[in-house]
Amino acid sequence: MSMFDVFGIASSAMHAQSMRLNTTASNLANAESVAGPDGQPYHAKQVVFQAQRMGSSPYATGVQVQQVVESAAPLRLVYDPKNPAADARGYVSMPNVDVVEEMTNMISASRSYQTNVEMLNTAKTLLQKTLTIGQG
Amino acid sequence: MTKLDDLLSFHKTAIDLRTQRQAVIASNIANADTPNYKARDMDFSNALRGAVQGRAGQPLALATTASRHIAMSGMATAPNLQYRPEAQSSVDGNTVDMDSERSAMAENSLQYEASISFINGLLKSMQTAIAGTNG
Repeated sequence: MSMFDVFGIASSAMHAQSMRLNTTASNLANAESVAGPDGQPYHAKQVVFQAQRMGSSPYATGVQVQQVVESAAPLRLVYDPKNPAADARGYVSMPNVDVVEEMTNMISASRSYQTNVEMLNTAKTLLQKTLTIGQG
Repeated sequence: MTKLDDLLSFHKTAIDLRTQRQAVIASNIANADTPNYKARDMDFSNALRGAVQGRAGQPLALATTASRHIAMSGMATAPNLQYRPEAQSSVDGNTVDMDSERSAMAENSLQYEASISFINGLLKSMQTAIAGTNG
């Protein structure tokens, strides 16, 4: 048990949050992608977080990305008969990315990331203070 | 040497517990977005009292009162931890309240630095006592 556990916890959270930010970036970038590599419209992806015991200490719980799931929301149908991807009735299946939801997700992820950086800095300051014991 | 150890041991115990509590708060902050995670915290004064009386940090072990009982090394539970009461409920079952975690983090690190200052002060007094002068 030591203050170094805090580094592990905070960095696990930063890793998880940056992965969340990554999926958000992919979703926003592909919000209008009619066809992905497999020829199907892009499906929004979301990360699933899971608490994870760090080492043997019962006090330290980090976080990990358990899996990345594809959104089950229905695809957005847009009437555009001129589009080559349009079906027989003239509708184009657009990705099921909710841009507003992705933006709030992005803000939440970046705030969580910042808080964890702050946690890391606090632990570093405390360790540096500890190293000065007996020097004053 | 025993006198010097006694002098510093209280603050050493306090710093150990502060370190544990910092890890708990870091865990809460790290899991602020984890579904079904329940925020935990330490009752610090109780934990310190227990630690000073020498019964803290031990994993819960089974008492073996007969020869055929199986000794177990004990579960790696955290005996000092309690679940934080829920401030605002959320749909995903997470009970981390970022405001209280942030203030707990600031408070805990300040107390940690205070303990270090106390140790430094005690060491300075000891040095004065040994050297006999202030210079």
